[in-house]
Amino acid sequence: MTEPTVSIQNVNKIFGQGTNNEVHALKDINLEIQPNEFISLIGPSGCGKSTLLRVVGDLITPTTGAITVNGKNAHQARLTRDYGMVFQAATLYEWRTVAKNVQLPLEIMNYSKQEKEARTNKMLALVELDEFHKHYPWQLSGGMQQRVAIARALAFEPSLLLMDEPFGALDEMTRERMNFELLSIWTKTNTTVIFVTHSITEAVFLSTRVAVMSARPGRLVHDIKIDLPQPRDNDTRENVRFFELETEVREALRESEGRRE
Amino acid sequence: MATPVIKLPDWFKPVLYFLLIVVILALAWEGYKLLAAPGGQYLLGTGPIKVGEERVPGPLCQSIGLCEIDLPIRADDRAMPHIKDMVVTIFEPPRRGSDVLLFTILLQASLFTLQEAIAGFLMGGVLGFSLGIVFAHSNLLERGLLPYVVASQTVPLLAIAPMVVIWLGGNWLSVAIIAAYLTFFPVTINTLRGLRSPEPTALELMQSYAATRWHILWKLRVPAALPYIFTALKVSATASVVGAIIGELPSGIADGLGRVILNFNQYYATGPEKLWATILFASLTGMAFFLIITILEKVFIHHQPANT
Repeated sequence: MTEPTVSIQNVNKIFGQGTNNEVHALKDINLEIQPNEFISLIGPSGCGKSTLLRVVGDLITPTTGAITVNGKNAHQARLTRDYGMVFQAATLYEWRTVAKNVQLPLEIMNYSKQEKEARTNKMLALVELDEFHKHYPWQLSGGMQQRVAIARALAFEPSLLLMDEPFGALDEMTRERMNFELLSIWTKTNTTVIFVTHSITEAVFLSTRVAVMSARPGRLVHDIKIDLPQPRDNDTRENVRFFELETEVREALRESEGRRE
Repeated sequence: MATPVIKLPDWFKPVLYFLLIVVILALAWEGYKLLAAPGGQYLLGTGPIKVGEERVPGPLCQSIGLCEIDLPIRADDRAMPHIKDMVVTIFEPPRRGSDVLLFTILLQASLFTLQEAIAGFLMGGVLGFSLGIVFAHSNLLERGLLPYVVASQTVPLLAIAPMVVIWLGGNWLSVAIIAAYLTFFPVTINTLRGLRSPEPTALELMQSYAATRWHILWKLRVPAALPYIFTALKVSATASVVGAIIGELPSGIADGLGRVILNFNQYYATGPEKLWATILFASLTGMAFFLIITILEKVFIHHQPANT
C-alpha cells in the first residue's frame, strides 16, 4: 500500500483553552488521504471544516494530535511548500497584474526569471486565461479571479491542494463550469485535493471521497466513497448513481446535524 | 454630418471649477465691501454721515431706526483691500527706488521656502514611514511610543520653533526640521494603518508560501499601504509649507516667505495689499506642492480603477 499523502491522527483543536470562551472546534479527527485523491469535507456551518483544512496547512496548530504530509509533519510541509491554498475570496493583490499575481509564490521561492515566466505562461494557459496576463484583478469577473487564484496555487506545482469553498461566492452556472475546469486541472496535474464545501452536489460531482463532519465539536462521522466513473461530465450529474450518492451524503449530513454533544 | 467631439483632458473640469470658485470668492469679497458705509465700520446707510461740519445719522437710521450696525469684519481699504489692488501691487516694485517687482520677490521667496518645505517633507516622510513599520511589527513599541508621538503634536509649533533655532542655529536645517515636525505624524499614523490593512486570508496565503517577515512587509503590507500613505503625504505637503514659514520666523532667515510676511505685517499700514499678495503666493506654494504629490500618486498607484 502506498504511503498516505496526508495522515491526520487524533487531532483535537480547542480555541481559547482555559478561558470563558473555550470552543472545542475539532474532536478526535482521524483521516488518511491517499495520493491523487479528491476528498471533500462537508458539514454544517461552524463544524470546523475550515479549521481542519488550516490545521493540515499548519496555519493553525492543533491542541493534540499529529499531522503528517508527504512523510513530514505539517510545519515542515509548510516550510518546504508542499501545498497550495485557494480561499473563497480570490485574495489577488490588486496592485499586481494577473501574471504578477501568479508569480507571487515563485518570487518568494526564488525561482529564476525564466522559470517564473515559463510557469506563469503554463498555468495561465491551464486555466485558460492566456490573454489576460496584463490585466488587473478589478478588470476580471469573480470566476476569472478564482481561476487566477488556482493558477497561482499551482504555479509551484505542490503535490497537495487545499481549497476552502473556492467557488462559494460564484453563481451556479459559473460554479458548474469551474467544477469542470478544476477536475480537468486535477487530472492533468496529479495533485491530491482537500476541498471544503457546503454544496452536496459539488462534493459528489468533484470527489472520489466525501468526508462528512458533525456539528461542533467537529468529528468525522461518515466517509463515503464516490464510485462514479472518471472523467466526470454533464452526464454524470444525470446518472442515477449520482442521485443515490447525493442522497447518501444528504442523509449523513442530517444525521450529523442531529448529533450534538 | 457628425459633430466633432473634442476630448477634454481630465484636469480641465477641476481647474475650471477651481477658477470659477476663485471668481465667486472675489465677487463675494467686493460685494461685502459694497455693503459698508464709508469708513468701513458700519453697514451701509446705518453709519453717521458728515454734512458740512456736523455728523448726521444715516438714512436707514432716520427712516427705520437701524443705527450704527457694526459689520462683523471691517470693510475699509486698510482691513480689506480691493482685489484689484492686490493684483496690481504684485506687478509693482514694493520698495521705492528699486525696480524689482513684488512678483519677483514673492516668487523667489516662495521657491526658497518651498525648498525648505520639501526637505522637511522628505525627512518627516521617511521618519513617519519608518515609525509606521516599527509600530506595525512591535505591539510593545507601539503601545509605548505612540502616545508620545500623539502628544508631540499638541505642543504648539510656535513654541518649539525658537527652541530648534537655538539648538541648531538659524539656518535652513532648523526650518526643515520644524517642517518635518508637522509632517511626520500623519505619515506615521497612515503608514501604520495601511500596513495593517491586508485581510487575514492575504496573510494566510503568505504563510502558506513560508514567506519571511521581510517578504510579507515588502510584497504585501507596503503595497497595500500606499494609498493610505499618499493620503497622508498630501496632508503633509501642505503642512510642510506652513511649518517652513513658521520655522523661518524665529530663524532670522531673510530669503523666505516668513521674513516677507513679517515685513509686510510690520509695515501693514503703508501697503496692506502687499501682505495679502504674499498670502496668495504662500497658498499657491502649498497648492503646487499638493499638486506634485497628487501627480506622483497617479504614477505610483495606477492600478486602481478611477473611482477610488
